[in-house]
Amino acid sequence: MSETRIDRRFKALKAEGRAAFVTYVMAGDPDYQSALAIVRGLPAAGADIIEVGLPFTDPMADGPAIQQAGLRALAGGMTLKKTLHLISEFREDDDDTPIVLMGYYNPIYSYGVDRFLSDATAAGVDGLIVVDLPSEEDRELCLPARAAGLNFIRLATPTTDDKRLPKVLANSSGFLYYVSIAGTTGAAAPSPRDVATALTRIRKTTDLPIAVGFGLRTGAQAAEIAKIADGAVVGTALVEQVALGSDNADAVKRVLGLAREISAGIRSVKKT
Amino acid sequence: MAKLNSYRTGPDETGHFGIFGGQFVAETLMPLILELDDAYEASKKDPEFAKELSGLLKHYVGRESPLYFAERLTEHYGGAKIYLKREDLNHTGAHKINNCMGQILLARRMGKKRIIAETGAGQHGVATATVAARFGLKCAIYMGETDIERQKPNVFRMKLLGAEVIPVKSGARTLKDAMNEALRDWVTNVEDTFYIIGTVAGPHPYPELVRDFQCVIGEETRRQVMAAEGRLPDTLLACIGGGSNAMGLFHPFLDDEGVEIIGVEAAGLGIDTNKHAASLNGGRPGVLHGNRTYLLQDDDGQILEAHSISAGLDYPGIGPEHSWLNDVGRVKYVNATDAEALEAFQLCCKLEGIIPALESAHALAYLETLAPGLPKDHIIVVNLSGRGDKDIFTVANALGVEL
Repeated sequence: MSETRIDRRFKALKAEGRAAFVTYVMAGDPDYQSALAIVRGLPAAGADIIEVGLPFTDPMADGPAIQQAGLRALAGGMTLKKTLHLISEFREDDDDTPIVLMGYYNPIYSYGVDRFLSDATAAGVDGLIVVDLPSEEDRELCLPARAAGLNFIRLATPTTDDKRLPKVLANSSGFLYYVSIAGTTGAAAPSPRDVATALTRIRKTTDLPIAVGFGLRTGAQAAEIAKIADGAVVGTALVEQVALGSDNADAVKRVLGLAREISAGIRSVKKT
Repeated sequence: MAKLNSYRTGPDETGHFGIFGGQFVAETLMPLILELDDAYEASKKDPEFAKELSGLLKHYVGRESPLYFAERLTEHYGGAKIYLKREDLNHTGAHKINNCMGQILLARRMGKKRIIAETGAGQHGVATATVAARFGLKCAIYMGETDIERQKPNVFRMKLLGAEVIPVKSGARTLKDAMNEALRDWVTNVEDTFYIIGTVAGPHPYPELVRDFQCVIGEETRRQVMAAEGRLPDTLLACIGGGSNAMGLFHPFLDDEGVEIIGVEAAGLGIDTNKHAASLNGGRPGVLHGNRTYLLQDDDGQILEAHSISAGLDYPGIGPEHSWLNDVGRVKYVNATDAEALEAFQLCCKLEGIIPALESAHALAYLETLAPGLPKDHIIVVNLSGRGDKDIFTVANALGVEL
């Protein structure tokens, strides 16, 4: 497939000698306009790649913070259609920052895969992470998404052994998302040593950039990961700032404030 | 659709029944599910496994369960001859233990040390806690707070059996949310934990293996009705939430063309209201909890809350094989409301001296529509999937009686 914004971003960061700061925020949380303000503010706050969460009623791999963020968004009337609209509004003044849509399959299946792919591409989505579509279900969305020029980003976990890894990597592109702990989002922080061992093992099988996530909350933790991975993903900690905000404007301010702090941690690590 | 040679060959090697089923889970769980599939396939080839299971079903569960001629219900409706398959007489009071016994033997073979399960009415939770106690394994049961409130006796039973009952506070706090939470536990405790799913749903191989463990219901019924009547029944009737008691009764008869098969979904306050649990009659295909199946959902693919007076049927989905049997037309799916189930519940108590589970009362309720118009030699077998002692508080409340 042809080069995507994600490919270009990782190439540029490699040349720059640092890891990517991958952020996750929920579309429509706390409301549409505030979420748009967050997404628009993230690149200036240091985000290199933005994962936009697609809200779903039953997020079986997410911890309480992201569950609640999704429910807040849904309560405010967020839908898949509005999520794509949010991304297209973001694209009006940012044509470089890669956007990865992350969520669960049913809203996409309900929307219709072909219609979704054409609308997502038009909106400026670059990649997809669909938590409940393992490689066993590649025919559902992964292969059509590839054909439509979107990166299908796969999760590898501590349970993904050497035998299974090639299968997980088979149709994935963009980057590999290494889930550093067996658990839901926002659970305990990973041990950098275990992560390093896993990354060494995975790199024997792939040249894809590897971003590491689940459990990263601070600039210091992200910096540790930035030393060994090609990217550090922070989601739950950012999403929690929305809930802590005294009002929507404060929520936006808090999310972007934490993003700046974590970004500084990642940027402090110079890679050769 | 072209007529099939057999309705009993599913799932295919990828775990699908037509378009339904599959393995829609997070990557963390995939290796575990593949491991389970291997262990299950190995157990099928091992005569020792079958021997151990059938010994436990006989001596511990108390099988076989009677096929009982319900003379007074038959008289009452004045039409078809009604038999009840008495799964309510199993140890723990429902069909759920058939499956739990099979799965815990698998868990032991796989060297797992900890058992988790979701439960709605508490019947599956009690059955799981029971087998975990029997084999000395740690056990955690996820149960929605709403269900904990309406099924207090079962909650205490599980605790007596040594299980930890974990209240689920997300969503509507019922079965769907309990299943989400159990899956989250499994994602977190991948090393030592075995997830005993209670119905014919979830990622492959669960729909298949739960079905296989429940097929003992239909296989016994076949033998028993042959012994009693010298022929197969004309109609099978069972209630459907996820659909495990129904699948267990139906599956051994799917290829018997002359046997009419009817599943009864829970219509709650009515199919035309938004308070029901009839995923086939009121939903459309979608993906949840590891499989593609009919689901109650809104236009955006968000899952809707189900409603039924019966906690065990209060689920917005249904096993994928039922979805397939619906679409190919082999099984007819109808529904009964809360009010109809309550009527049938009381009728069964009064006429037969049997307190049925509110779940099973949905199947009994359809007799009103079905039985009277049929000839006296028409044989109906109703799966009396569980006993109703657990439901007396709910029923008292619905009837305005203070206990």
